[in-house]
Amino acid sequence: MLRALLLTLSIVAIAHAELCKPDAQNAFKVRISIKTALGDNAYAWDANEEYLFKAMVAFAMRRYSSKSTTQISNVLLCNVTDRVSFWFVVTDSSKNVTTVPGSEVEAAIRMNRNRINNAFLLSDKTLQFLKITSTLSPPVEPSTPVWLIVFGVVLCLIVAGIVFLIVSGIQKHKKKNKDSTERENLEEKVEVTLENGIPCEALDLKPGHINGVFAADDERFTSL
Amino acid sequence: MSKDLSAAPEISEEDGRPKWDNKFQYILSCIGFAVGLGNVWRFPYLCQIHGGGAFLIPYFIALLFEGIPLLHLELALGQYLRKGSIGAWNSISPYLGGVGVGSWIVSVLVSLYYNTVLTWVMWYFINSFQEPLPWSVCPLNENRTGFNEECYESTSVNYFWYRKTLNITPDIAESGKLQWWLILCLAACWLVVYLCTIRGIETTGKAIYVTAIFPYLVLTIFLIQGLTLPGATEGLIYLFTPNLNTLKNPRVWLDAATQIFFSLSLAFGGLIAFASYNPTKNDCEKDAVTVAIVNSMTSLYASIPVFSVLGFKATTAYWDCLDRNIINIINEFDLPEESIMRQNYTSWISFLNSSYPEKIAGLKLKSCDLQEFLDQSVSGTGLAFIVFTQAIILMPGSQAWAILFFIMLFSLGLSSMFGNIEGVFTPLLELQIIPKSAPKELLSGIICLISFLIALSFTLGSGSYWIDIFDRYAGSVPLLVIAFFEVIGVVYIYKIKRFSKDVEWMTGRKLNLYWQITWRFISPLLLLIVFMAFVTLQMQRPPSYTAWNPKYEGFPMKEEKVYPPWVQAICVLLAALPCVCVPLVALFHLVKQKRRSKDPSFVPPEVFSCHGANSNFSHTKE
Repeated sequence: MLRALLLTLSIVAIAHAELCKPDAQNAFKVRISIKTALGDNAYAWDANEEYLFKAMVAFAMRRYSSKSTTQISNVLLCNVTDRVSFWFVVTDSSKNVTTVPGSEVEAAIRMNRNRINNAFLLSDKTLQFLKITSTLSPPVEPSTPVWLIVFGVVLCLIVAGIVFLIVSGIQKHKKKNKDSTERENLEEKVEVTLENGIPCEALDLKPGHINGVFAADDERFTSL
Repeated sequence: MSKDLSAAPEISEEDGRPKWDNKFQYILSCIGFAVGLGNVWRFPYLCQIHGGGAFLIPYFIALLFEGIPLLHLELALGQYLRKGSIGAWNSISPYLGGVGVGSWIVSVLVSLYYNTVLTWVMWYFINSFQEPLPWSVCPLNENRTGFNEECYESTSVNYFWYRKTLNITPDIAESGKLQWWLILCLAACWLVVYLCTIRGIETTGKAIYVTAIFPYLVLTIFLIQGLTLPGATEGLIYLFTPNLNTLKNPRVWLDAATQIFFSLSLAFGGLIAFASYNPTKNDCEKDAVTVAIVNSMTSLYASIPVFSVLGFKATTAYWDCLDRNIINIINEFDLPEESIMRQNYTSWISFLNSSYPEKIAGLKLKSCDLQEFLDQSVSGTGLAFIVFTQAIILMPGSQAWAILFFIMLFSLGLSSMFGNIEGVFTPLLELQIIPKSAPKELLSGIICLISFLIALSFTLGSGSYWIDIFDRYAGSVPLLVIAFFEVIGVVYIYKIKRFSKDVEWMTGRKLNLYWQITWRFISPLLLLIVFMAFVTLQMQRPPSYTAWNPKYEGFPMKEEKVYPPWVQAICVLLAALPCVCVPLVALFHLVKQKRRSKDPSFVPPEVFSCHGANSNFSHTKE
């Protein structure tokens, strides 16, 4: 009984070794860069982390195919290096000693990439599934491009400045015209005060001409 | 009327000519005109390719024998005659009127394309308010599986410049469409120029306080920031290490002479216009020396932050190269992370090369050489819009640095535009194109509007190729020719004795021997040599340009193309048009003179010729 068990185990182990090896069919290479991602907070990669990884892949397969047949034991890891990098393959529990097609695994990983990344506190760049490309998220674009807003502000300032200068120029021009017309008016008033060709000032300042005719008449009237 | 009429003209200073508010405004305007984009993006480049500190030797020699004398000549001329370029040269001699017309045409041509460069600066400025900076990331392609191909193959910075800004066509013959975003920025730029030059020096005099001083502030900030960046010292050492062997190459001397000449903005007529608003009793000699020295010092001062930043960029690129190689090696050999660092990279490489040479060869590692990255020298728009923008992305707080940098470039360019526009505006004002009753605002508005409409052609897809043409042909050879005729005209036609007396009257001291020698012999000779050498060099290689063509096999390298014949004809026209004015106008006056002398009833105008306005004041203290 014990021998049978041992035999089965060894067959399974050999089978597993057959299924999971570098460049095997439906196998994927994973490369993890913990120190690059976390720096001082980096954790060490050990058997527990490997267990978590297997669990996440099994979770992804379950979610993708919605049949709860994939177990953690279905995920096989091999060739773990110091890098940290390893190969993994997902076996099919229903069929004996076969692996789930690579396309399925790829689709499942793709669908749950975010969850897997977050479980390890890593990102698409630091937890790399070679051969599985990630869809890049589009850059966030606001409804109006920012530059248009800045341009609008700048333009308003410039136009305001120009309008101010033109208006002040027109006002100055008007004032200058008003000043010059006032001066002209003043000169005209001076000239208007001409009575019969004799300037008023002259009439005011100089004593008036005495008309001899009337002056003579004055003598006839008696003084009051 | 004797030709040795040299004593003081009684040109009244109450002739209603606008004047500077104070001397500082005038000096600042001249400095602002001289200090422009070339001080930031041409001088450091020349220093770098011509042996670092050794370049300063031919540069200062050129400054002494070419720059300062010509500057003094222009300032003295404008100040004494109190007219813009066309009027001033007509006063000296009607036969020399062509010199004024030539410099007016050059000012027009340069104003057109210079403001388009400022348009690009403004576009980058308004894009700097975005997080992340738009030139730091590549846009995705249509099905979002990767980046845009053109961007991916070159860099995101190149893509933003060539595609998102210029939307450049692969050939100059393909004009492409008008780029609406550039039209908006062009309109804004011309409105800014209109705002500042609306009433001539009345408004530019106020604006210059900001636009001339602000760049120095920003340069200082960049200097402090630049020196703290890693790799800055490498850049500075690289810049200033003198390599005296380069002085044997005549090309270096030619570059020094042309750099000084174009950097001081001589022969544009703008300096004559600025000086004409001065009171006549002003020490133009001291002004000239001040402006020239400040200009050169600014070039030197600007090259320090530029090279700190370039050193930083080269170091970062070198580190990136190393890091990429390290990652490749670690991934290939499955070594633990951080086992190979930059410091022990070389030892690891030699070890691995000896043990696994095929694997290493299979990786196709790029050789990372810091010197090679430092050697990548760029000048002109490439420096500002590609190299510097890339360096800014790497700095912490990149938005602030980008905004500061582009405002600085804009101020530098704007203060030079003031000089260009004055060179156009003042002669037109004197020629009374518009009636005297019309306000000055109208004339400046007309100038800005017409320039804007013509400059729209630079916003086409092929616009930047045309700007290169204008820069190479309209803004180079004609200036040398005009300056040559300026010196010859003043020294040999107006006669240097007369001019010395005029300058002596203005400054109050006798003219130094230095000025006599340089004006009479050295400067004209130097100009002639520079002109010959310049033309010879241009002739040697067929006029070609480098085009940005994504379909080219060598992409992202630029494709070398030859100008089609019709474009070459335009180049010749641009270079020849201002130069040809000089003999044309002289010929025109000669013909007019001959025709008048044939008519016996006409009194020969010699009495009034050759000293223009000054002859009105014939009652001089003699």
